[in-house]
Amino acid sequence: MSETVGTDRAPAPGAVTVMRRQLRDRPVIPLLGLAAALVVAFAIASPKSMGPEWVGIQLRAAIPLAILAGCQTLAMLTGGIDLSVGAVASIVGFLVATLEPNIGTPAALLFAFSAAVLAGLITGIGVGVFRVHPLIMTLAMSLVVFGTANYLQNVLVKIQTGVPDLVRSIGSDTLYAVLPYSLVVFVPVAAVIIFGLRRSGYGRLLFAIGDNPIAARLSGARAWQVLVVLYVISALLAAVAGVLISGLTNVASVNLADNYVLPSVAAAVIGGTSIMGGRGGYGGTIVGALILTLLGSLLGTLGLPEATRQVVFGSIVVAVAAVYARVTAES
Amino acid sequence: MSATTTPAGVTRPRPLEAITAWARDNSWSLGLVGFLALLFVFTKLIQPSYGATALQGLANSMLPLALAAVAQSIVIIAGGIDLSVASMMALTNVVAASQMRGQGEEYAVLVVIGVLVLGLVLGLVNGSLIVFTRVPDIVVTLAMLYVWAGCALLVLAAPGGSAAVWLKDLVKGSLLIEWIPKSAVLLIVIVAIVWIPLRRSRLGLSIYAIGSNRLAAFRSGVAVGRTKIVAYALGGLFAALGGLALTASMGVGRPMLGGYTLMSIAAAVLGGVSLAGGRGGVFGPIVAVMILSLLQTDITLVGVNPNLATVLQGAILIGVLMLGSITQFRRGRR
Repeated sequence: MSETVGTDRAPAPGAVTVMRRQLRDRPVIPLLGLAAALVVAFAIASPKSMGPEWVGIQLRAAIPLAILAGCQTLAMLTGGIDLSVGAVASIVGFLVATLEPNIGTPAALLFAFSAAVLAGLITGIGVGVFRVHPLIMTLAMSLVVFGTANYLQNVLVKIQTGVPDLVRSIGSDTLYAVLPYSLVVFVPVAAVIIFGLRRSGYGRLLFAIGDNPIAARLSGARAWQVLVVLYVISALLAAVAGVLISGLTNVASVNLADNYVLPSVAAAVIGGTSIMGGRGGYGGTIVGALILTLLGSLLGTLGLPEATRQVVFGSIVVAVAAVYARVTAES
Repeated sequence: MSATTTPAGVTRPRPLEAITAWARDNSWSLGLVGFLALLFVFTKLIQPSYGATALQGLANSMLPLALAAVAQSIVIIAGGIDLSVASMMALTNVVAASQMRGQGEEYAVLVVIGVLVLGLVLGLVNGSLIVFTRVPDIVVTLAMLYVWAGCALLVLAAPGGSAAVWLKDLVKGSLLIEWIPKSAVLLIVIVAIVWIPLRRSRLGLSIYAIGSNRLAAFRSGVAVGRTKIVAYALGGLFAALGGLALTASMGVGRPMLGGYTLMSIAAAVLGGVSLAGGRGGVFGPIVAVMILSLLQTDITLVGVNPNLATVLQGAILIGVLMLGSITQFRRGRR
């Protein structure tokens, strides 16, 4: 970096340095500014569609993405990534909808979540015990899960077309058109992740392993245990998101959540979590998911064709990440 | 392949020692080739009619993925990763197909050259963004995946266009005898022309150097940023070759291609390229692509449900990777 980064030289750091440090440690505030700017842009582009319903629609769409981005945040803190979240979320949504008419909603949920835990356990053992690179391990796992879902689709007889009423209600209904019911699921999940990362010993271990694996090992952390638990948690979060997505779209296809995988990584990155591990948090990720959702629907409202939307979407992700890297750059 | 050249000034080892040393250094690749041979024997056993025609089909269908795997391997060796390979292939594929439609055979030569240059430029953009913005590779290429895919849709909204006859002939059929598929020869020629000189040049060494230790490479006077950009540009070139191979084998351009990025990473890793960078070559990944393609054929031949075939493919991938990382881990301990 050419800029002066006088962290250990200057006795009193300059205003710029303080601001940078603030931005690096608390990315939520500037990101909220960006989200607000997108809301303003939306209001200018399409004043008619603004209103309580609009808030509800945006929140409802952002919540599953935020949960999946939570999987990425946790994995990225350890220097990993979880690309199997799409496949796991899809198979859970599919299983719940398909099994529900026969065995009832609670049993279907239990069964689907057990499947997710199994997938997460295998991924965790692969990454933690066998030390396969998380990128390739989760990739291979998503092949396995996706194939299984496709196979089950042919074997299981589907009685109804949509998803169970309870799931649909949680995924798509809103209170007074503003507050989506999925907040009931999301708020506790988010609270546990944020609190867990900041205050619990397990949360600190995630940071420690990502920041310096050797130092973590020497200070007694058993990385493999942490990683196995991490990928099980990640699969559980993906399962929750899968239920919400199937409720939101009222379909239970086996590639339900495929389109969420890459945005979930992008949301965590925009939210200030370093893909190299050891730095980040869930607060930024939530705002990152909100920004991507707002951006998507803004581009949709502008009436741009799908092709242009993809180009703009990609460019903005690079631009935000680049600004981020510039501003928060450490020497 | 890992380095096998003896350092200058050291007395040459006896031939037998040299061979065992070479075998030890390349044990992973040799294991892959052995596995491939076993797989061929197995295929012949379950399907006695498996012959020259089927071999041509195999070579034909694996060509685009093999080129994508080479593109991915070069980038991974340089310490990066390129998630936008499939999008670059889609973009070059549709540009080639849309430009060749209704044009003469000679004009198609210009189109091919133009598309290769386009591939270089796409890779150059990826690499420059990574180097100049200092955003991690995986994030930049993830975002560029959308950009290039969007561009491909802008060029051709639906499958269309056409390919020159000579281009299609280039990958169809066999050469000299029916047991040598043209596309396999083409693959070997392309890789030999680009990779072998590169591997022996200063640039090639630099690519390995920045992948295995950035700081050490920088301190030994390697232009780290420039080398990385070149590695991505080469990746773009091979992605464009993959896109052209698709144009040639499909005869049309398709703006939406799935799976090539992820399969290329899988093939690179299976082929002995370390995701940490600086280790591996391009021949291992090509063998890995052959294995993956043949495995798919076999699974279909055995009559397994195609969906379970995906499960099996993933499970085999996981098993092989676990095995590989265990052996690597134990060797590292010693």
